[in-house]
Amino acid sequence: MHSFEFIRPADTVAAVATAAQAKTAQQGADVRFVAGGTTLVDLMKLNVETPARVIDINRLPLDKIESTPDGSLKIGATVRNSDLAHHPTVQRDYAVLSQALLAGASAQLRNMATTAGNLLQRTRCMYFRDTAMPCNKREPGTGCPAITGSNRGLAVLGTSEHCIATNPSDMCVAMAALEATIHVQGPKGSRAIPFGDFHLLPGDTPNRETALEPGDLVTHVTLPSPKPGSKQAYLKLRDRASYEFALASAAVVITIAGGTVTQARIALGGVGTKPWRSPEAEAALTGKPADANNFRQAAEAAMRNAKPQSQNGFKIELAKRCLAHALQIATTS
Amino acid sequence: MRDDNPQLGPSNPTRRTFLLTTGSTAAATVIAAYVPAHANSTAGQSDSPAAGADRPNIEGAVPITLRVNGKDHQLRVDPRMTLLDCLRETVALTGTKKGCDHGQCGACTVHVDGRRVNSCLSLAVMHDGEEITTIEGLGTPDALHPMQAAFVAHDGYQCGYCTSGQIMSAVALLKEPCGPDDAAVKELMSGNICRCGAYGNIVAAIQQVRQNT
Repeated sequence: MHSFEFIRPADTVAAVATAAQAKTAQQGADVRFVAGGTTLVDLMKLNVETPARVIDINRLPLDKIESTPDGSLKIGATVRNSDLAHHPTVQRDYAVLSQALLAGASAQLRNMATTAGNLLQRTRCMYFRDTAMPCNKREPGTGCPAITGSNRGLAVLGTSEHCIATNPSDMCVAMAALEATIHVQGPKGSRAIPFGDFHLLPGDTPNRETALEPGDLVTHVTLPSPKPGSKQAYLKLRDRASYEFALASAAVVITIAGGTVTQARIALGGVGTKPWRSPEAEAALTGKPADANNFRQAAEAAMRNAKPQSQNGFKIELAKRCLAHALQIATTS
Repeated sequence: MRDDNPQLGPSNPTRRTFLLTTGSTAAATVIAAYVPAHANSTAGQSDSPAAGADRPNIEGAVPITLRVNGKDHQLRVDPRMTLLDCLRETVALTGTKKGCDHGQCGACTVHVDGRRVNSCLSLAVMHDGEEITTIEGLGTPDALHPMQAAFVAHDGYQCGYCTSGQIMSAVALLKEPCGPDDAAVKELMSGNICRCGAYGNIVAAIQQVRQNT
């Protein structure tokens, strides 16, 4: 691990001011915030991340879960994944989020990992994690060995010729379906980023993963007030029953009236280069009877533009079955 | 075995104390060879009680207090030092094990303010003033924690390397939301890998303690 200066700021203003001196908030940032450390410390040990300064935000007042007057839920940046998953309001109104969080990592890691850290979780692509290998995400312009190499776990949606790395988060898939908003405090003030605009497609700049600029500190996430009568489910399929990243996962939030789907919010995990909201699947389902045939049609729509690599073609059918089954679970629960 | 080997001499070192002694001697040699001159000169001026004669002055070190198993330790740590390395190398509590060092195996599990975490993925400097519990703080050979006793009774190990992490996880699990059946226990213990495959006995040990509490 490279040496760094450890900084514990007095408040968020000081944290932002220090971080604003960074050249970038993306891959290779010379200043990093640390909360749980489960991603950053791991990548610093691998020399994938080599910040000169690390700002500890754990003692800033960002660890609350609060209901707001407009009916939304405000989740602080440093709320631990385990606390969020077990919060009574989350379990009651946002069950898909609780299920997604509990499907991720291990009990120890969930006690450490935070809301904001999970938003910024990095890919598990082995080439990204190995500094002996080329990687366009880690070192732009060096190439993507995954395309001709080991790509069984990598993405089939949102890929480019420069990067096919999967976003590994479960939490983000649920937040995409719940239409969360990410709140950021930066050197120029605060702003709110719709969930779908926070993560970027790799395109020809896979080193840029989020909308964050130097100094931007995620302070909290808000979830809109729960949709009355909505049914929710998170289904995760993986190589082993627990403590493993998704090969395919699906988060569904669906409202049904008289047997007809009136609204559907659908997102997929394990298959996309970012947490994958599927407007195609939502459109295919809305106004249709909630039955197995239409669930399958929605799944077909979700994966219509999927592009298989040499080893991960199975994910396309797996993701379809995952989504259809998640819809079945949600509507029969 | 020690009794059968009089050549060990009067000091009668155990394997652990032998390794600790030779290990620190070797480390001191390396540090003497590689610490830059200016670092050596500042070491002499330091009036920090923790920067003792046998301890090198680490550039950029941060003073912290770790409360480990009820005892305060005033330390100066390199910001890079993980909580795991700090417990093992600085506080010299070697019950906590280093397996993968990347948060994937659970051998390093300790409690921070009562919650289980992977100490390998946490920097020691982040825990200034916090309460750490390691396997050494749970029980003693004469007064085992009920979970330690249950692991013995159910043979919840073979080689023993993962055992302290398993037990720290299992003790934390007692206070976490967990369904009554074996499947729920397995799910919450999935962050602790046992290469010997003692899982069945580990689950039996945990279930026995849960039924008795």
